[in-house]
Amino acid sequence: MILWIIKRDLLLAMRRRADVLTTLFFFIIVVSLFPLGVGPEMNTLRIMAPGIVWVAALLASMLALGRMFSGDYTDGTLEQMLLSPVSLSALVMGKAIAHWLITGVPLVLIAPVLGIQYDLPAESLMVLTLSLLMGTPVLSLIGAIGAALTLGLRGGGVLVSLLVLPLYVPVLIFGAGAVEASAAGLGFEAHFSLLGAFLLVSVVCSPWATAASLRISMG
Amino acid sequence: MKWESLSAFISMGGYGLYVWGSYGVALLCVVGEIFLVKKRFRTLHKELGLNEKSSI
Amino acid sequence: MAINWFKYASPATFYFLAGRMIPFFTVVAVLLLLVGLYISFFVAPTDFQQSEAYRIIFIHVPAAWMSMFLYLIMAFWAGIGLAFNTRLSSMVASAIAPTGAMFTFLALWTGAWWGKPMWGAWWVWDARLTSELILLFLYIGFMSLQAAIDDPRRADKAGAIIALVGVVNIPIIYFSVQWWNTLHQGASVSLVQSPKMATAMLTGMLIMALAAWMYSIAMILIRTRSIILERESRTAWVSELKEGVTRS
Repeated sequence: MILWIIKRDLLLAMRRRADVLTTLFFFIIVVSLFPLGVGPEMNTLRIMAPGIVWVAALLASMLALGRMFSGDYTDGTLEQMLLSPVSLSALVMGKAIAHWLITGVPLVLIAPVLGIQYDLPAESLMVLTLSLLMGTPVLSLIGAIGAALTLGLRGGGVLVSLLVLPLYVPVLIFGAGAVEASAAGLGFEAHFSLLGAFLLVSVVCSPWATAASLRISMG
Repeated sequence: MKWESLSAFISMGGYGLYVWGSYGVALLCVVGEIFLVKKRFRTLHKELGLNEKSSI
Repeated sequence: MAINWFKYASPATFYFLAGRMIPFFTVVAVLLLLVGLYISFFVAPTDFQQSEAYRIIFIHVPAAWMSMFLYLIMAFWAGIGLAFNTRLSSMVASAIAPTGAMFTFLALWTGAWWGKPMWGAWWVWDARLTSELILLFLYIGFMSLQAAIDDPRRADKAGAIIALVGVVNIPIIYFSVQWWNTLHQGASVSLVQSPKMATAMLTGMLIMALAAWMYSIAMILIRTRSIILERESRTAWVSELKEGVTRS
């Protein structure tokens, strides 16, 4: 069932490739604008890089949240899904995974290239990519709750950012922190194990909370 | 009496701006909230045309 | 004593009960505030390190306490409303949010005005201040979500979910911020207070905190009464009020 949902969502996304690319280009543009704002001083940029890439990733991942359920909501598929005997949590899990594959994975793949713009050393590039790989699924899972709660509301897009961004704080801290720690020669294992813990907790709790939110939103 | 004069009380050992800045805004917030909360209740009362003797 | 507690869970009964409780809490809040302010300014001694500036503590600490307590209580009532489908508890939860946000703002504001003379900066990225700022964002998220939803029952339940998710996250956020803060020692400022606090200072702080509690309860009761009236304006008991039938 989960696989079916993922496949279906991926197919739908492939039909509208422009949407996927928009998120990716948003990410690239935000990251590339920062040096224009703070100046080309490489030493400063190298220090700021993990934070900038991570904040841009939060924003990019959040931008695509609106699409997670709204398509199925407007054409009535979501209502059918709620009535079907399949567990709603599993369904939500599938949708969150699809969201991650569509928005998270491209960010992870492009991040090393953007890191080079900031002159990050090879090890930092690797840690940055790995931290994004572990952190972006958490963003999709937490974001799913916000997307479900704001389903069909006026101004839902802005509202979702108010709800979800404060909850992203721990992921931001440990994701960017891992890169800084490795650059400072400290171990980044602790950061990674905490990111892993967040991932586990959100895998367990978020589909359940999202399913409850969907039921509330669909009345 | 702890304070020698009124001006000593107001100057707060040179920190008057910060102490009164904090207390002043706290007072504003509290008074503002009371005002808004009461206004909301009174307007409702009027809109609904209630005759109940209001305690606030 | 056989009190039927469920009787008080009906909005109509609570409306009248709250109406009778508000004057009591108001009077107690004013009395405690007067005593608390007297202690804060006339009894508590001058601090040996911070001179008179420390007197901000008498609003800063109670405001910070209230901001956290109120969020927990709000999430508790919202959760009860979600689990047992009791309308009144959800209404109380929505009534708590603005007061909680007000205290969070006050804690941040007084923190800044205390920080400026003590640390030389209006804002430092200290673990507690940063968590308090994120708490304010959580309050704002809760209120904006409820404001955006027209159907009151959906607003109650959606708010409950976001409040509960917030409660799970607050400790995680706090410890993350603390970890992040210790990692960047350069910017951090120790907030540790002098080891032994004069008894008068502690008493003043506690009394001010109690006053803030009583004030919050009074505000929450009035706001709950407004919410009850808004939602029940078409019910029989409100129409009775319109016709001037006194009932108490």
